[in-house]
Amino acid sequence: MNRKILLYAIIILTGLVYIGKLFFLQVYQHNFSNSPLNNSAVKTKYEYPDRGYIYDRNGLLLVANQLSYDIMVIPREVKELDTLEFCSLLNIDSVSFLKRLNKAQRYSPRIPSRFLQQLSKDDYAYLQEKMHKFKGFYIQKRSIRQYPIKSAANVLGYISEVNEGFLRKNNYYHQGELIGTLGVEKTYEKILRGTKGKSYIQRNRFNKEIGSYKNGIYDTLAQTGKDLTLTIDSELQQYGELLMSNKRGGIIALEPATGEILAMISAPSYDPNLMVGRGRSKNSVLLFGDTINRPMYDRGLQAMYPPGSPFKIISALVALQEGVITPESSVKCYHGYRYGTRSKAFMKCHCGMVGIPIRLNEAMYRSCNTYFSTAYRKSIEKYDSPSEGMNAWNKHVTSFGLGKYFGNDLSVGQPGLIPDANYYKKYYPNGGWRAVTTISNAIGQGEILTTPLQLANLTATVANRGFYITPHIVKKIKDMEVDRKFITKNITSIDTKHFEPVIEGLFNVFEKTNGTARGSRVQGIEISGKTGTAENYMKINGVRTKLTDHSIFIAFAPKDNPKIAIAVFVENGYWGSRWGGPIASLMIEKYLKGSTSRPAIEQRMIQGSLQEEYKKQLSIQQIEK
Amino acid sequence: MRSRKTNVFYGIDWVLVLMYLSLIFVGWLNIYSVTVTDEDLSLLNLTTGYGKQLLWILLCFPVIVLVLMLDVKFYEKFGAIIYLVALLSLVGLFLFGKNINGATSWYALGSFTLQPSEFMKAATALAMAKLVSDKQFNLKSPRRQLQAIFILFLPAILITLQPDPGSALVYISFFLVLYREGLPMYYISFGATAVLLFLLTLYFGAISIALILLLIFIILLIYLSIKRQNLLKRGWPAMSILFTVTILYVLGCNLVYNNVFQQRHRDRFDILLGLSEDTSSIGYNTNQAIKTIASGGFEGRGFLQGERTQGHFVPEQDTDYIFTTVGEEWGFIGTTFVIVLFIAFLLRIITLADRQKMRFSRIYGYSIAAIFFFHFAINIGMVIGLLPTIGIPLPFFSYGGSGLWGFTLLLFIFIRLDANRTYEW
Repeated sequence: MNRKILLYAIIILTGLVYIGKLFFLQVYQHNFSNSPLNNSAVKTKYEYPDRGYIYDRNGLLLVANQLSYDIMVIPREVKELDTLEFCSLLNIDSVSFLKRLNKAQRYSPRIPSRFLQQLSKDDYAYLQEKMHKFKGFYIQKRSIRQYPIKSAANVLGYISEVNEGFLRKNNYYHQGELIGTLGVEKTYEKILRGTKGKSYIQRNRFNKEIGSYKNGIYDTLAQTGKDLTLTIDSELQQYGELLMSNKRGGIIALEPATGEILAMISAPSYDPNLMVGRGRSKNSVLLFGDTINRPMYDRGLQAMYPPGSPFKIISALVALQEGVITPESSVKCYHGYRYGTRSKAFMKCHCGMVGIPIRLNEAMYRSCNTYFSTAYRKSIEKYDSPSEGMNAWNKHVTSFGLGKYFGNDLSVGQPGLIPDANYYKKYYPNGGWRAVTTISNAIGQGEILTTPLQLANLTATVANRGFYITPHIVKKIKDMEVDRKFITKNITSIDTKHFEPVIEGLFNVFEKTNGTARGSRVQGIEISGKTGTAENYMKINGVRTKLTDHSIFIAFAPKDNPKIAIAVFVENGYWGSRWGGPIASLMIEKYLKGSTSRPAIEQRMIQGSLQEEYKKQLSIQQIEK
Repeated sequence: MRSRKTNVFYGIDWVLVLMYLSLIFVGWLNIYSVTVTDEDLSLLNLTTGYGKQLLWILLCFPVIVLVLMLDVKFYEKFGAIIYLVALLSLVGLFLFGKNINGATSWYALGSFTLQPSEFMKAATALAMAKLVSDKQFNLKSPRRQLQAIFILFLPAILITLQPDPGSALVYISFFLVLYREGLPMYYISFGATAVLLFLLTLYFGAISIALILLLIFIILLIYLSIKRQNLLKRGWPAMSILFTVTILYVLGCNLVYNNVFQQRHRDRFDILLGLSEDTSSIGYNTNQAIKTIASGGFEGRGFLQGERTQGHFVPEQDTDYIFTTVGEEWGFIGTTFVIVLFIAFLLRIITLADRQKMRFSRIYGYSIAAIFFFHFAINIGMVIGLLPTIGIPLPFFSYGGSGLWGFTLLLFIFIRLDANRTYEW
């Protein structure tokens, strides 16, 4: 009897377990399974909204949209077709045809993939009539970018297809969709792109679309991207790009009171239209592959160099704030500054005022190394230990926004470097470093590194007499408030009263007969500025080799109530007043007056080329290798 | 008075026949739903799946009449011969068989194919009934046990070699019959323990299971040494051997699993046990099957309205995964109905088997109950994700002529045997 029961029991038990499991699947979990996203018989269609337009600060259209046509494929639905005709229509060969089809097949047999990208309007008109012959293929319209003005490529950036790594992390995008990859297209991607609309289409048992799923209760409308207004002044930007022809470097112009970036030039650059359309992938290989000119490297934001003399402004301000000098205290200079007993421990100076007392004002406009080295040394040595002195100094300097990322709305950047006590402890673990060990910092050489953007911000800070607003690129977003960060003042650790004497010195750089930028003076504009020459070393075969110096210049104008602060950096431009000064003064004149009055200088700047110099650099490196 | 001489349907169990017809009908409806196209074709159009299946169903009836016409004595006398002929047909596959989907399981005559392993089940059931029903036969004797197991082992090994391991596994179900007829309990408990240990080893790893067994063994020894010293003195060699064998088995499982099994087998177990997740390649079938069943909800989407069925999202939906169609189009109501129908069908067979006076008929009845049960349990268990993927058909539902005929034969031989009961005395 007992044995009979086993089979009954097993059968009934199995039945109950199965019914239980089915209850769980079909009744309990049903709602989850019923979502259109989990329903393979429901096809999701996307409606792509127009990407927001981008304007300059004066309302000039910089980026617009144009229509492009993609050939899409659903591999599972591809039926036999005349490959020869299809290929010749699309102007591809049969190998490429198979490659593309296989790629789509691998991605998914059911989901549409882009088969061919960004056809022109003419191709589209021609193809449209014939597409019905090729089952599984269809044409999808898509809007791509158009740039009415061939300028500011580094500011605007570009859009490109989402890469696979990003697709895995993000569920908004699908393969083949476009995403901002650089510049404001990247940082303001979410605002510009809008939100794509989704509609769920019910398919019947033969995979034919029969209408919207559940009368469209899950459907969403596309939301158009918002328009951006940049802080860029396109005219100034184009003018700056013109001035930088045949040179490498960067120019950053800011509006001091607001932190708005008026111009952000990186040279050499490229035509933004190159990164659009069917030529995009070929062009991007060329642009990214150009390791000599490096057009995709934003020299205004990413180039880190020792700032050179403009840094003397900070050395003076720190010393004034620490109370170790006053505007009236003076130093005598005998062709340089001796900071040790060894014969090498001597920093040369070319200020040309031998043996006479030099005060802050003269030191500034004649760029006296001895004066600022003395001031720096006093600032550090005011404290009991070099470490304390160094950290106090570091605190002052970093309050100018140096040595760290701004965390602003630019897609690339570099933090630069402002050393502190820990930095030197690494090199001198047993101590033994003192103020004079780091004396090069006084004149912006040594360990300090800054980017042109940071230098421009430093200039704006001085122009503002002690505060800056984080430099930013977007002025206005339609229907949206601008980030609070971009209206908040960052106040430096230097009191406002200390700025006037320094600015007086910077003003004399242009005004005095011996000022280092006398030649760049502009009639009717009170410019204050500072030349800079950054030494340029490169490790070639492990040997530290000196290359041609970089030309640096910072300036702001007018002296009172400044409207523009600018930093110019020209790679291998010999010295500050050779390229940097004239370019900066032309930019200022252009911005403040709308036109320029010195055609000779302008022509020299535009036509002047450093290409020979760059070839020389390249050949040095190649020979050494 | 009517008798078998004038009416072949005399004395047959109409309840069981009705259940059979219901299963066939519901099964065909679902095949129709899976294989229907948007062309307007007749039900018997032989280019369609449902048309062919309808033909197989209609051809079942001559087979049924033939089966009912033959005398009980025929089945009893010729059981062994039928078994041998069927075995030969399996052997013949290696010479004349046709390879479909990697298994040489079919004879082909033009477009018509026949799968002898479907008929082997009936033959084995007859042979087993014949062997065990002998009055001299006692399943307590190890020699007899070996004989019985040998009968199962032969077709199982031939079918495994095709290779069609899923179909070979069916022969395990005969152990339920042997147990019913007196096979000692420890066969079943050994088997169950072995399967359980195998799964636990996969899930937790051989080392941890071995350590847990060691712990249990030590605790047992300590307990015995304190409370039951006598038992310990007498039993320790047996216990030690048992323990050692178990440990070796666990380690062996691991070895076999990792080295003898192929990756595709391992994947099936891993997915089932939740050790790895995969919804694209290997786990695709199961995942699609579960989603399809779940999308049916309580009421189902209605006949021919299943989106996933009609969109052909489930591979093999007309054969091994036919139950997903029931799930999507008929919902929880439909699946429950089918399961209850199967359970009722199985219980009816067992009840009928139990009332047989002839041992032969009873054993045969139990055999087919076990075979049907095994198919039902493995197939639906796989489709709803409770068991690993083993490809065997759902009786009367899955598309295919050989299967349908094999199962029909299996059932109607029993109905014939049962019909004899009424005038046996």
